[in-house]
Amino acid sequence: MAPTQDEISAEIAAARESTARAVAAGGVPPSHPGRDYPPYRSSALRHPRKPLLRVGADPEAAEWHGPVFGVTDITALDADLTRQHQGEPLGERITVAGRVLDRGGRPVRGQLVEVWQANASGRYAHQRDQHPAPLDPHFTGVGRCLTDDQGAYAFTTVRPGAYPWRNHTNAWRPAHIHFSLFGTAFTQRLVTQMYFPGDPLFPYDPILQSVTDAAARARLVAAYDHRLSTPERSLGYRWDIVLDGPAATLPDPEEDH
Amino acid sequence: MRAPTPSQTIGPFYGYALPFPGGGDVAPVGHPEAITVRGRVYDGAGEPVPDALVETWQAAPDGSLAGEPGSLRRDPVTGGFLGRNGVDFTGFARVATDADGQWVVRTLPPPAALPYLSVCLFARGLTRHLFTRAYVDGGAAGDAVLSALPEERRGTLLARTEGPRAYRFDIRLQGPGETVFLDFGTGGES
Ligand SMILES: [Fe+3]
Repeated sequence: MAPTQDEISAEIAAARESTARAVAAGGVPPSHPGRDYPPYRSSALRHPRKPLLRVGADPEAAEWHGPVFGVTDITALDADLTRQHQGEPLGERITVAGRVLDRGGRPVRGQLVEVWQANASGRYAHQRDQHPAPLDPHFTGVGRCLTDDQGAYAFTTVRPGAYPWRNHTNAWRPAHIHFSLFGTAFTQRLVTQMYFPGDPLFPYDPILQSVTDAAARARLVAAYDHRLSTPERSLGYRWDIVLDGPAATLPDPEEDH
Repeated sequence: MRAPTPSQTIGPFYGYALPFPGGGDVAPVGHPEAITVRGRVYDGAGEPVPDALVETWQAAPDGSLAGEPGSLRRDPVTGGFLGRNGVDFTGFARVATDADGQWVVRTLPPPAALPYLSVCLFARGLTRHLFTRAYVDGGAAGDAVLSALPEERRGTLLARTEGPRAYRFDIRLQGPGETVFLDFGTGGES
């Protein structure tokens, strides 16, 4: 039988408390989710049980370099998800913009940022998404762009809807946009999700809550930014992204600032 | 140091967004030295994982790690994918596993000094990607990663020869024969 929200919420609370205790005892607040996170049921058989092998810094290793992308890998319309079909998609038009930085605060330049999302009704243009919300013939929900010299990216899209899933009874995902990012080194690879401020579904969602530290969770939530809103057109959200992992060269903190 | 943005699972619905035509065809068209590397991804129950995304990155045969753009070349006329140009070696592959959990990459052999494909694995249910390496032809003598491992686990990083210029590299997420995964020193790792 599928677990209830109350059962999942109790597990979420237990994991948060466990992290809070570890931090209170002097531990480093974890930025990333543990791969073994029971409230997210699909993780049960899909996380390694043995510890990872720690690999020392080795600028000669392939992972300290990474794939490169260029102007041939994108088209002008890829960053505007509202203009990829003949008509306008339904929903609240938004701009999502920010910068991609490494942990030293240096901009990640000329790298690929990819996004995908549900439409305004909470439905993905994916055959396996059978949530009975309408597809939008004018919205696919896929975009990509390259960061500029300041590490900046920007997308125009519509605000995605919340949607149900089958982790437990009455499970709903808060609205989110999936992001995929490359850094200057393969070690900096990141796939994550951006959320919208003030969503009442946050406490119930085991995927967001898999990040058990509150400050780290807050880094997944964009900020409404009125300066990014455009008159008669769209509402603006700012979301900066910091890539973890060693960069191609060791970072000089705050260089370029 | 700035605190990193947390990872989140890739989820089940990336399939219409991230994979691209020819994503596994890294070797230039008709290259006589091309190799295939294929494998299945298995979960802790030994079942194939049909919704994983495998990315590989490697040095060019001449040892270069500079890469080339053009892995997912786009068509500005139709807005679709053009496919790679068939000449440049980008070093980067991206393949979704099929319904039977299998992925295939057609590439050039990595150089003797860096004799591996670096593998980055994403999947629904995996809260954060995993790195491993597929060593081709046994790896180099004295390799720091291979020599750090006990004999019984080292084999999980060795791509098995299954024919002329053909290798097999299965990934086991959990349980017997669990693949060795690598931690490159990122802040959130315990
Ligand atoms: Fe989603």
